[in-house]
Amino acid sequence: MELFRIKKDIPFMSYGRLTTSISLITFVLAIFFLLHRGLNYGVDFTGGTVMEVHYPAAANIEQIRQVMDGVGLKDVTVQNFGSSQDVLIRLPVKKELSIAQLSEKISSALKAADAGAEIRRVESVGSQVGEELYENGALALLLVCAGIMGYLALRFEWRFAVAAIIANMHDVIIILGFFAFFQWEFNLTVLAAILAVLGYSVNESVVVFDRVRENFKKMRKATAVQVIDNAITRTMSRTIITHMMTQTMVCSMLFFGGETLHNFSLALTIGILFGIYSSVLVACPIAMWLGVSRANLIGDTEKKPKEDEAALAP
Amino acid sequence: MNRYPIWKFVLIGTVFIIGLLYTIPNFFGESPAVQISPAKTSLKVDDSLLRKVEDTLKLANIPFDGLFMDASGVKVRFANTDTQLLAKDKLVGNLGKDYTVALNLVPQTPNWLQSIGAKPMYLGLDLRGGVHFLLQVDMKAALDKAAESTVGDFRMSLRKEKINYYGIERQGQVVVIKFESEAEATKARNLLAKDFSDLTYKIAGSDKDFNLTASMSVMAQKRIQEFALKQNLQTLHNRINELGVAEPIVQQQGLDRIVVQLPGVQDTAKAKEILGRTATLEIRMVDEEKSDMATLQKAQAGQVPFGDELFADREGRPVLVKKSVVLTGDRITDAGPGVNGQNGSSVVNVTLDGRGAGIFKNVTRENVGKRMAILLIEKGSTEVITAPVINEEIGGGRVQISGMANAQEATDISLLLRAGALAAPMEIIEERTVGPSMGEENIKRGVHSTLWGFAAIAVMMIVYYMVFGGVSVMALGVNLLLLVAILSMLQATLTLPGLAAIALALGMAIDANVLINERIREELRNGNTPQASIHAGYDRAFDTILDSNVTTLIAGLALFMFGTGPIKGFAVVHVLGIMTSMFSAVLVSRALVNLLYGYRRKIEHLRIG
Repeated sequence: MELFRIKKDIPFMSYGRLTTSISLITFVLAIFFLLHRGLNYGVDFTGGTVMEVHYPAAANIEQIRQVMDGVGLKDVTVQNFGSSQDVLIRLPVKKELSIAQLSEKISSALKAADAGAEIRRVESVGSQVGEELYENGALALLLVCAGIMGYLALRFEWRFAVAAIIANMHDVIIILGFFAFFQWEFNLTVLAAILAVLGYSVNESVVVFDRVRENFKKMRKATAVQVIDNAITRTMSRTIITHMMTQTMVCSMLFFGGETLHNFSLALTIGILFGIYSSVLVACPIAMWLGVSRANLIGDTEKKPKEDEAALAP
Repeated sequence: MNRYPIWKFVLIGTVFIIGLLYTIPNFFGESPAVQISPAKTSLKVDDSLLRKVEDTLKLANIPFDGLFMDASGVKVRFANTDTQLLAKDKLVGNLGKDYTVALNLVPQTPNWLQSIGAKPMYLGLDLRGGVHFLLQVDMKAALDKAAESTVGDFRMSLRKEKINYYGIERQGQVVVIKFESEAEATKARNLLAKDFSDLTYKIAGSDKDFNLTASMSVMAQKRIQEFALKQNLQTLHNRINELGVAEPIVQQQGLDRIVVQLPGVQDTAKAKEILGRTATLEIRMVDEEKSDMATLQKAQAGQVPFGDELFADREGRPVLVKKSVVLTGDRITDAGPGVNGQNGSSVVNVTLDGRGAGIFKNVTRENVGKRMAILLIEKGSTEVITAPVINEEIGGGRVQISGMANAQEATDISLLLRAGALAAPMEIIEERTVGPSMGEENIKRGVHSTLWGFAAIAVMMIVYYMVFGGVSVMALGVNLLLLVAILSMLQATLTLPGLAAIALALGMAIDANVLINERIREELRNGNTPQASIHAGYDRAFDTILDSNVTTLIAGLALFMFGTGPIKGFAVVHVLGIMTSMFSAVLVSRALVNLLYGYRRKIEHLRIG
């Protein structure tokens, strides 16, 4: 079976203006939602307490709220998740109560109200820990960007590095935009997914760039636009098949992974879908506009191939 | 051209067999067990303990499946949880409080596998259930406390050398001593600088008012903080031993934090109470000269005399106690509940160490007829447990503290005193609890995600690439096997995000095979012979595979460096998954293709779909 037998090169670069405009619009929308609605940070980042409680019969949300009010805890959110027997209780950090006391207070109140209540999971994070996790997350993101750019600049050329990182940051912003728009909870595992996506969709750009370089060597007479068009067309089949496979795995997590992996797989799904688009249709036009040419790619590698090898050695 | 030298097959075969051996233990499951470990460091795990345990169980007619010993203690395996619980009760009764007896789960790995060090993967708390705490040590309090004890030491030194001063106090972490003449101040400085060399001294003032200030150097502060953390770690270890938890983790994190993980613990309230109690004992003198009614009433109104502190005793009566501390809980080597022989009330018997005993002897000799207050400081509040009158000099370091409400309290307080004092108060700043059923469910979720995803990918690959798809799936299977084997070997903590990372690693690793297969197809399309196409396909794809894996690796390493908790677990598996995928996607799949096609003279058609 072969799904993509394309005889002629598709002139992707002539759509460059269109595809980058589409990107720009999604990007601006994502930024707008991020600023307007903001992310719905989980307790990992804001500090606070989340409890997962399981009841033998359908849980009475109203009654649980009253129990919480009864012990003097305001701004508590109580909601069902998964099934009617499972309840998620969230509450922000309380200044006057330590997190240890807080979770104790809630669990004893819940058990007093209904002896069948089974506390299956408690996560309590103090505000200072939340802040640190936030800082570390941002730092990790920066480090990944810098590392990937450095590697691509060494291995290819700075123009590719810049193009790839713009394309992938655009993915990250769009994922965040989705999370802001739908107000999905943004927690540590989602951050892990985003960083994984960053590494993963750079792959995409790398595969195309590799082909571009190879084509510059082989297609001596072709223009930069023809070279890039050919590279994208030739790698398209692999791009789509690979993403289909990865997405299959992610879907499996979405269906079987339960609550904890739900947002993780959502972030991956968005990242994979936009990753295909951006690494091909955003990274390449940007690289082109930055002026990649035969001279600045092959020129370097032919003169000093040894150094290139050395840079590669793990 | 598509033939591998023998050594490559041997290498792949060896890796595969080793991978298989270390993966197997994960399929045997766990059986209920009881773990017996010494509660004190002076007690050794040896054959006599093993025999003692065996005899106890045989005497009580409790059947067990296995009995063995390792570095942490003796473990006994049982067929079911009923016999496990029964055995625990019997062992607790027989071994006494020198040993902690904890319920545990022991992997049912056969002995021959255990002998090569093959163990199942180490499951994190979110997969096996338990509590995780992150505690923040209050370093400012540790420094304050150190400065406070310096005040006491200074006072003693100055008095011994008969140097006159008219005031000494702690201002923050600086000790200030007031003198009337510069000569006295200089004399004091010379003396103190000799005895307490890690402080920095400064004299300032004029006329009849000279201040000698002593402040801790940065080095000294650092040492105090390190010491405080170490002591808190040790104390937590002791307290957790009293709790009887199998395989607890107590670790330093950063400069001022401690991680405590208690697998299998469900009673978080009890755990928190034991961990969080910062009870320390202080012995101080009651200020008898100012204990008249008028001064006491004034003190209650807020006018506490200089150098004193006002506390209430158990009956709520005010007691004025001197600020300087005679002895702290650090000097206690042992404590146990007891009964007073004369009136039958509950008491705590405390044994002091050598230096503590010496101080206690001196103080009691010098203060016969005065009252001595025993203070229990817990969670920031101080209570005078008892303030008995000193009848005579007490030597030998054995002290009886009366004033306990009942036997239970005597037991609780002695446990706290015995488990040691915390050098600085701690606060729980992160708590994560996962119930046991939740843990099992999480394992199921992670495993199902991986297996169903794998199955779907396998079907799609075989339909799309036929034989080469089959080869890719086999390579992916080897990848999964090796990843599980390495995780088992390293005993890296596997969490739910880690399980997700396994699934994701497989989903991403297939990329390499897709790249190769597409490349082979392309070469065929360009009119190359099948053998040349296979060769060129693997060759050309390799650069791309390497590049793309390096970028993924960079992301993985950054995650590992900055990640904590769930992120770290994800990162470890992610990075390992990339490494194994390089091996399996390139070497293993090539070996299989070479076996299939490399030795044929003539290939009409490659079955690549």
